[in-house]
Amino acid sequence: MSRIACGAAWGGASLAAAVAPLLLPTWQTQLAFLWVMIVFALTWDVLGGQAGYNSFGNVVFFGVGMYACAVVQRDSGLGYFQGLFAGTACGAALAVVAAAILGAGLLGLRGHYFAIGTLGVGIAAGELAAGWDFIGAGGGMVPPPFPGGLGGRERFFCYLCLSIAALTVALLRWLYAGRFGLALNAIRDDEDKAEAMGLYTTRYKITAWCVAAFLLGLTGGVFGNLAGFIDPREVAFAGSTFGVWMVLMAILGGKGTLLGPIIGAVIFHVTKELFWTYLLGWQRVALGLLVVLIVVFFPTGILGWARARWPERFA
Amino acid sequence: MAHRIASSVAIAAVAFCAVRAEAADDSVVLGAAVSLTGKYAVNGKNTKDGYDLAVERINEMGGVQIARKTYKLSIVYYDDESTPARGAQLAERLISQDGVKFMLGAYGSGLTKAMAPITEKYKVPHVEANAAARELFTQGYRYLFAVLSTSDYYLRDALGIAVEIAKSHGRDPATFRIAMAFENDPFSLDIRAGVLEDAGRYGMRVVVDDKLPPEINDMSATLTKVKALRPDVLLVSGHEKGATLVVRQTAEMKVDVPLVATTQCDSAQIAENMPQKAEGVLCAAQWDRHLSYRDKWFGTAEEYAQRFERKFKYPTPYQAAESTAAVLVYADAFERAGSLDPEKVRDAIAATDLNTIFGPIKFDATGKNVAKQMVMYQVQKGAYRVVAPARWAESPIEWPRKPQW
Amino acid sequence: MENLRLLLDEPLLSLQLLLDGVLIGFVFALPALGMALVWGVMGLINVVQGELVMLGGYVAFFLFRAGVHPLFGVPAAALCLFVLGWALYRAVVFRIVERDLFISILATFGLSILLQQLANLLFGANLRTVESGFGTLSLCGGAISVYTVKLISCALALATAGALMLFLKSSRRGQAIRASAQNARAARVIGVDIDRVYAWTFALNAAVCGAAGALVAMIWVVHPYLGLPYTIRSFMIVIAAGLGNMAGVLIAALGVGVAENFAGFVLGAEYQSAFVFALLVAFLVARSRWLARHRRYLA
Repeated sequence: MSRIACGAAWGGASLAAAVAPLLLPTWQTQLAFLWVMIVFALTWDVLGGQAGYNSFGNVVFFGVGMYACAVVQRDSGLGYFQGLFAGTACGAALAVVAAAILGAGLLGLRGHYFAIGTLGVGIAAGELAAGWDFIGAGGGMVPPPFPGGLGGRERFFCYLCLSIAALTVALLRWLYAGRFGLALNAIRDDEDKAEAMGLYTTRYKITAWCVAAFLLGLTGGVFGNLAGFIDPREVAFAGSTFGVWMVLMAILGGKGTLLGPIIGAVIFHVTKELFWTYLLGWQRVALGLLVVLIVVFFPTGILGWARARWPERFA
Repeated sequence: MAHRIASSVAIAAVAFCAVRAEAADDSVVLGAAVSLTGKYAVNGKNTKDGYDLAVERINEMGGVQIARKTYKLSIVYYDDESTPARGAQLAERLISQDGVKFMLGAYGSGLTKAMAPITEKYKVPHVEANAAARELFTQGYRYLFAVLSTSDYYLRDALGIAVEIAKSHGRDPATFRIAMAFENDPFSLDIRAGVLEDAGRYGMRVVVDDKLPPEINDMSATLTKVKALRPDVLLVSGHEKGATLVVRQTAEMKVDVPLVATTQCDSAQIAENMPQKAEGVLCAAQWDRHLSYRDKWFGTAEEYAQRFERKFKYPTPYQAAESTAAVLVYADAFERAGSLDPEKVRDAIAATDLNTIFGPIKFDATGKNVAKQMVMYQVQKGAYRVVAPARWAESPIEWPRKPQW
Repeated sequence: MENLRLLLDEPLLSLQLLLDGVLIGFVFALPALGMALVWGVMGLINVVQGELVMLGGYVAFFLFRAGVHPLFGVPAAALCLFVLGWALYRAVVFRIVERDLFISILATFGLSILLQQLANLLFGANLRTVESGFGTLSLCGGAISVYTVKLISCALALATAGALMLFLKSSRRGQAIRASAQNARAARVIGVDIDRVYAWTFALNAAVCGAAGALVAMIWVVHPYLGLPYTIRSFMIVIAAGLGNMAGVLIAALGVGVAENFAGFVLGAEYQSAFVFALLVAFLVARSRWLARHRRYLA
């Protein structure tokens, strides 16, 4: 596609996204969740699709950001918006630290050992959070209520999540366009050769994870406030829901691309919500079926399928 | 790109199609989130059945009379999947999209903690029957009302019984040692908080204090400790699993504690399934069918229980009775308010002074029901017998526990 | 901490915890063996293990309700789950076999959600218990108690594992399976029907999990969501033992059972799972560092 057409498409989509909350005011929270899902898919793809390291533990950074923000809001005595701002910044910073530490330990693992190791970390984090009284243990935490009028809360969070999603897209686009993206792809394609060529693979891997962690930490802080109640295993370190959906959405859309995770996130979220509304009681069965179908029939994702079908368009 | 726009159009299309329960002229719609899937699915079903039975009975009796017009009740349900992550979405959906003006509570404190701020913000009356966390009532909510006793009261009566037993046997209550195991979730931890407060008050020492992870099916590590330390009181709360496990595993591991108390025994059906092993276990409950509560819709509590069992074919748990009561509160409030204006209904609810098959209901300024007490029963010879409070007691308490193994 | 001191003061307690841990470990060993088999032969990481155990438990429960003693539930569950495993293979699994390992994790994850939720819808979420009618043994003057069912399960688990290993070693089918694990192409060349081998492997795995499920029903409780811990423990055990090492899997399983039990006692039940996962992660990292000690790269 020509650059102008591409630019116009992005511009159009951005406009639609910005205007949507005004056009569909009763769907603002749903939209906010959609932006969050997009961030999930994109951040997973940084390490998963681009670098070839499939992580099931990204949700750790999400949870760390969420709790850090909630603790700052609870203990700092700042007003709501200052507390939220400080909290999310703090959450993002802590998440990056966590990524650096975990990365140093786990990024030496290859392939499925990495996947399982990160899965273990994800679950352990949830269990540890559920045992730590400072953050409410199993009883969870409740962030402070949003000050402001009717509808204000939904709109605020919708736009906040949209900004984070936009930041994610912009940041990743910039990173992938340069040497960083090439390095990650090299690691994915053949790590030993990349190292032999002189690439400091460990540094790139850790940096990639830190970028993902930063964005997830921001999202976590905001999401905690949006959800209204932080449960260590169901909301913060939700390994078996968010943690796995991150992976699924990116794969559904087509991992290793910028657009793929976004498409995957939109389709997955919309489908999941339709199931939830119309298949009361059966929605999880349908979801399981969907997952199986996605993975078995669309392993290269929708973009991969489109690319195979219409190769001329993707020259 | 095209995909994004197509998705936006799809969302809009769904929005038009998803016009849910537009209240017909003569029906009042209540909104409810229940756990149909996930770890609270059993109690979620109990809750839904309780709501449904109430609605059926009220409509059978002609519905509610509001300003000389008759209205039927109906409920629109959503599955909260037993996770609070659904809370914000549910509230938005029910209130903004479906236009629900009156909420019935979900099962579980986590979700209610997430939804209460939203119903408060939208000024939607929220009568709940299954979330008993104390914090819900310390936030100054005006629109939240709970028909059940709050969770911190669940096992306090067990300690109260321990104190009475101590005194009647000439022992100082402060010499009693307590072992406790609670599931690591908001509800059970609130019960624990109540227990700790009372234990502190009586001067009793806590020798085992374990938080059980929800997916654990085995409390043997905890019980090994209990066996080694020989406490006087064992308190366990972990929904049905906690009740089942404590009964089973204390029998298997031959852990003999003179006073064992737990919660949710009736929904775990311990007396029905394991009569010998459950002998002597104390159960905290919000309700018992043998208490002489009565109301104008169902008659006595026993008649309610029989009606429930005829319809749903399983023994009536207290979760169902309390859920029914929540709907009855609305029916009564609508009639007294004489209007469907949420503010007037809210004020009418706040002024409730009603007898139901679940017990008397009267709300204090924070929305708690202060008229009803918790009940303790004990499994004696395979049946549940009320042993406390003294006013309702059917038979004296057996102490120490004489296990049948 | 007081818990540690308690252990030191009463050595019999340690024995009790050890015994319990070993018995629990045996029940974990069965799904772990199945997972090792499927992973080694088919190159598939099977996240449905836990749900297969759960379904085995339900088979035993329904038979119990129909009046059959739960001990007979073990072979019955194994048989039913064998059929189910075969069906699952023919329906879905054959498509993911020769693909990326990661794809197998996701696809079987989807299957596990499906089975879990179907079980919730069909059987209800209530906890089910199965009474085996066996008592408890008291040793050392009552200080140590062993639930007889656990001993019997341990024996049954050993028997099942033994039968599996015997089957793999001696029968033609078992040899075909082992041949495929070593080199699928070569096996094809000598005339082994790989597809049938895979079907047998998956079905055998399901049968073993089913047997484990019946044991779980007797010892603990059955409900639709009991599967995940078994899946995760199986992973850990297989990774700790290494593939292709059946005896190692058994030992690792016992190790995990004991470690968990002690952790639960000393650290408190709330940290029991966290401890085990932390152990897994530590083990993985340590192993990778040990393997990498000869690799010297830049930075």
